[in-house]
Amino acid sequence: MNPRRLFVIGLPYLWLLALFLVPFFIVLKIALSDTAVSIPPYTPVLDLAAGWQGVKDFWAGLDLENFVFLTEDALYWKAYLSSLQIAAISTVIALLVGYPIAYAMAQASDEWRPTLMMLIILPFWTSFLIRVYSWIGILSNEGFLNQFLLWSGLSSTPLAIMNTTTAVYIGIVYTYLPFMVLPIYAALEKMDGSLIEAAEDLGCSRISAFWLVTLPLSRPGVIAGCFLVFIPALGEFVIPSILGGSRTLMIGKVLWEEFFSNRDWPVASAVAVVLLLLLIVPIILFQRNEQRQREADQ
Amino acid sequence: MQGNRMKAAGLTLATLVIAASAAGAEEVRVYNWSDYIDESLLEKFEAETGIDLVYDVFDSNELLETKMLAGSSGYDVVVPTGTFLQRQISAGAFQKLDKAQLPNLANAWDAIQARTAKYDPGNEYSINYMWGTTGIGINVGKVKEVLGEDAPVNSLALIFDPANMEKLAGCGVHFLDAPTELIPAALKYLGENPDAQDAETIAKAEPVLTAIAPYVLKFHSSEYINALANGDICVAFGWSGDILQARDRAAEADNGAEIEYHIPKEGALMWFDQLAIPTDAPNPSGALKFINFILDAENAAAASNYVYYANGNKASQEFLAEDVIGDTAIYPDEATVANLYTTSPYDAKLNRDVTRLWTRVKSGT
Repeated sequence: MNPRRLFVIGLPYLWLLALFLVPFFIVLKIALSDTAVSIPPYTPVLDLAAGWQGVKDFWAGLDLENFVFLTEDALYWKAYLSSLQIAAISTVIALLVGYPIAYAMAQASDEWRPTLMMLIILPFWTSFLIRVYSWIGILSNEGFLNQFLLWSGLSSTPLAIMNTTTAVYIGIVYTYLPFMVLPIYAALEKMDGSLIEAAEDLGCSRISAFWLVTLPLSRPGVIAGCFLVFIPALGEFVIPSILGGSRTLMIGKVLWEEFFSNRDWPVASAVAVVLLLLLIVPIILFQRNEQRQREADQ
Repeated sequence: MQGNRMKAAGLTLATLVIAASAAGAEEVRVYNWSDYIDESLLEKFEAETGIDLVYDVFDSNELLETKMLAGSSGYDVVVPTGTFLQRQISAGAFQKLDKAQLPNLANAWDAIQARTAKYDPGNEYSINYMWGTTGIGINVGKVKEVLGEDAPVNSLALIFDPANMEKLAGCGVHFLDAPTELIPAALKYLGENPDAQDAETIAKAEPVLTAIAPYVLKFHSSEYINALANGDICVAFGWSGDILQARDRAAEADNGAEIEYHIPKEGALMWFDQLAIPTDAPNPSGALKFINFILDAENAAAASNYVYYANGNKASQEFLAEDVIGDTAIYPDEATVANLYTTSPYDAKLNRDVTRLWTRVKSGT
């Protein structure tokens, strides 16, 4: 194999190694050690200066106790389940809201599309943190929404949305909606309009043409959008900690507590490793789907 | 859009160039609590010493401790609370202060030094910056509307009696998100030793906290300043100076919210925030200059006048504003001080139990 070819093939693997595998093994190594009052707050630390003996000592000190610990307390699996539920429901809502938006964008005339696209991208010009914070101003008891409801007489008491799981759903759907809209729009925009005409010529109603032609053709966009929303929502920390209440159990918050309140880096790392495994399954499914799609296209 | 992006990139580059050229000048990096200094003091320090000051803020001891234990934080001066300081000293996170470089140390208040020696024997690693109490902040109008004129505003019963909390939930209650503050308070309410270090006694705090947790809108350690000032909540269990800052913000906004701070009559936690220099501080001599600057009587007074916390600087007291030195919520009288208690750090095992208890209280899981 010539060196150039080797370079082209090797580059993605190098990328994977540097940005995924190396960080993963660092976290895994911490997950297998014990806490200590020191800097950094865990032992054993791999001592490379001691050579082979150091590596052997390092192996001798490792154990799976932190992973076992995760199975002993109901908090962890409840937090994982609750995160899965919040991520799944948010993804479905984002799909229900995002699909019509993407569809309308794809149907719009050519001169309107860049403007509509711009409007979807525009929120990214503001910091994510500021956008989440601004929801406090909308949802709080004295916020815009409640002031409007009270003023208009639609409600006589302020709605308690802020600091509840509902606020977390609103925050996640709002934040990740563009990630749902853009891939679906990309799929719909590519679609050949004459296919719909053909379906209608062959006796399909507009609605059945949508179900039989448009929806299946936009499937890759829908799948990509769902993964792009589901995966970051699962490990979300910022949105539940800003908008959620203390009853909103999410694994991102549990991880923070282990790391900061308990100073237990090993258990925090074990939580992170399990979370990563939970994420890797959908990512692999996603990759498989992509690959199949590419092969089908060829 | 493309043009804008280029402009933005150019600006970033320019900032980097400025930062790089300034790197030659001496720099001190300070990591302090949010809303905890009169910012004009920072400019004064730069003008007096010619040292560039980088000032960052945090709102929880846990966050600071994680940075200290990770090492290489890059900060020269940090401000942990006594209990946390003690553990970080034992982890080797701080260096001993070279007191020859601190001529203003003569201003220090011996009564406070005697108390901080509990966490830092001989005060070898740290100097007191501010001290205060943890107590009850109320929106007077709203609380009286809900509980009547004789509401027990100066008692822990206001926040630990479910009958009161059930009514207060309607107008909003915030608690500090700090088990090391809430568990001692709950134990004090029960008449137990607030500084208990055994799992059995600590467990007694759990039913008290669990009973009132459903009525707490949020457990958070800095949001209550604004929430109280805006009238979003009517009660906060928080730090003295923060609640007094909320009082002033509400008065400035003139929104009708009248805020008061009360030290509970059962007793309150007295805590000490200490200036310390990390072991791996890039500029320890600059750090000493900053600490010496803060130890100056007029500077310490300016900080206290701004943040409404008492300081550990005896000489500063003649420069304190009347509404600071004369306010018993900030400088409590002797009878109140006698009623204040301090706590010690939990060991690792107990700390995990305490965090777990706290998660159970907050989330019900």
